[in-house]
Amino acid sequence: MSAAALAVRGLRKRYAGAEVVAGVDLEVAPGECFGLLGPNGAGKTTTLKLCLGLIDADEGEIALLGEPVPRRAREARARVGVVPQFDNLDPDFTVKENLVVFGGYFGLHDAEIQARIPSLLEFAGLAGRADARLQTLSGGMKRRLTLARALVNDPKLLFMDEPTTGLDPQARHLIWERLRQLTQQGKTLVLTTHFMEEAERLCTRLVILDRGRIVAAGSPRALIAVHVEGQVLEVHGPGIERWGERARTLAPRVERAGETLFCYAGDVGPLIESLRGQRELVYLHRPANLEDVFLRLTGRDLRD
Amino acid sequence: MRFIAVWRRNWLVWKKLALPSILGNLADPLIMLFGLGYGLGAVLGKMNGSSYFAFLAAGFAASATMYAATFESLFSAFSRMHVQKTWDAILNAPMTLDDVVAGEWAWAASKALAAGACMLLVVALFGYASVPLALATLPVILLIGLAFAALGLAINALATGYDFFSYYLTLALTPMMMLSGVFFPVDRLPAAVRVVAELLPLYHGVAMVRPLLAGEASAALLPHAAVLAAYAMLAFYAAVVLTRRRLMR
Repeated sequence: MSAAALAVRGLRKRYAGAEVVAGVDLEVAPGECFGLLGPNGAGKTTTLKLCLGLIDADEGEIALLGEPVPRRAREARARVGVVPQFDNLDPDFTVKENLVVFGGYFGLHDAEIQARIPSLLEFAGLAGRADARLQTLSGGMKRRLTLARALVNDPKLLFMDEPTTGLDPQARHLIWERLRQLTQQGKTLVLTTHFMEEAERLCTRLVILDRGRIVAAGSPRALIAVHVEGQVLEVHGPGIERWGERARTLAPRVERAGETLFCYAGDVGPLIESLRGQRELVYLHRPANLEDVFLRLTGRDLRD
Repeated sequence: MRFIAVWRRNWLVWKKLALPSILGNLADPLIMLFGLGYGLGAVLGKMNGSSYFAFLAAGFAASATMYAATFESLFSAFSRMHVQKTWDAILNAPMTLDDVVAGEWAWAASKALAAGACMLLVVALFGYASVPLALATLPVILLIGLAFAALGLAINALATGYDFFSYYLTLALTPMMMLSGVFFPVDRLPAAVRVVAELLPLYHGVAMVRPLLAGEASAALLPHAAVLAAYAMLAFYAAVVLTRRRLMR
């Protein structure tokens, strides 16, 4: 079967006159890790909620694992796992009880869930913690338990809303490793994030959402190749203005953010050459990444 | 029957905190009952042909049920809906908001039934219940629980925070307690106030519990049951509509 795991057409959602989702089309193939990127308020979480049938769209069609949403959202959700943006584990339960009770919402019998618990805890790096009280878990452990909980029904597709926000690097890398394992098992992942590094590492394809609209779509590499020059030089220090005038003649694109100049070019050799002898200027040379694409498309202004 | 999974979740949490929860639900009405029942009873003598303690016991069995259903459907449900986001987690599973509200309704009514039944047990142990007919009070207690649990969930859907509930408690429930024949017979009220009293759900609960505890059953009680059932159904409908409006925007 070649049907999409998730297909969305012409999705629109309005709140108090403002269009939060303004005509979104998505097609996620089975087994893919698909990213939904965008600044705060871009409509990522709303899009996820619409796909799950938790809120009703004003316009548009959604098919989740072949089920029309919201009409058969319940049937779709039976084969879907969700890692929400904010952990909503049950603080009154132990690790194991959280899994058993959550499985109950899927109509799973206790015995079925009990049998799955060791492998779920193993996967989440929580082996031996089955009877731990929730208050004794670190933030990273809670996040992993949320992931284990989302797998309790052995879903075909997982929605993850900012799965690693607030985690330290160790915890984040462990989550990334687990998500790769899940794609290897053939599960489809749909994740929202504003960590470009995360999207670049994990996603086979992604869209960048801004003000409810898709402003770019493609693989991370393709997006970088299409939207930004290959190399970046970040320069700051006293006298930056004077040097900036020269830089503009040497690089096809120069952007200023506060006191720092971002120079984008396929070859930054001449720029580095021109910095020779300018001891007060500090520079960083790096290859362009997804964050450059993101900032180019959505701007450098703060979003609150 | 999916709502049972929600009921069960609350049951499993409650089991962990059962003792303080039971004491919390019972201590207040029992202290009031014994204090007022024996204290005031000594001054008042007989009330409508029975002891004041027996009179008050019936009223408190009904009002303790009301409060148990109310507190669970206000404060506890609000914690699960708004603070802990337990409902959000449940809704990510193949459950709907209607399942969740139904599960919370059944749960709050169950807790109210347990609270009311414990009150009845204490009253019976002190010899103020006409067993076995007093067992017929249990379905009435359940009905009171269903009515006030549904009302509480409707209020919960409108709540902006825990403080919001004090309006409902002080402006609705406290006057209702005074007007529903818990402390004194309603026929002592002025006619105009009586008309209001007879619209209140607690009034109909007390009107059934009191004769049943005394061992008097009659078909005259059925209209009271009908009023409470109507309250329960309409309030549950309102709770579902208001909760959907709140969470499924």
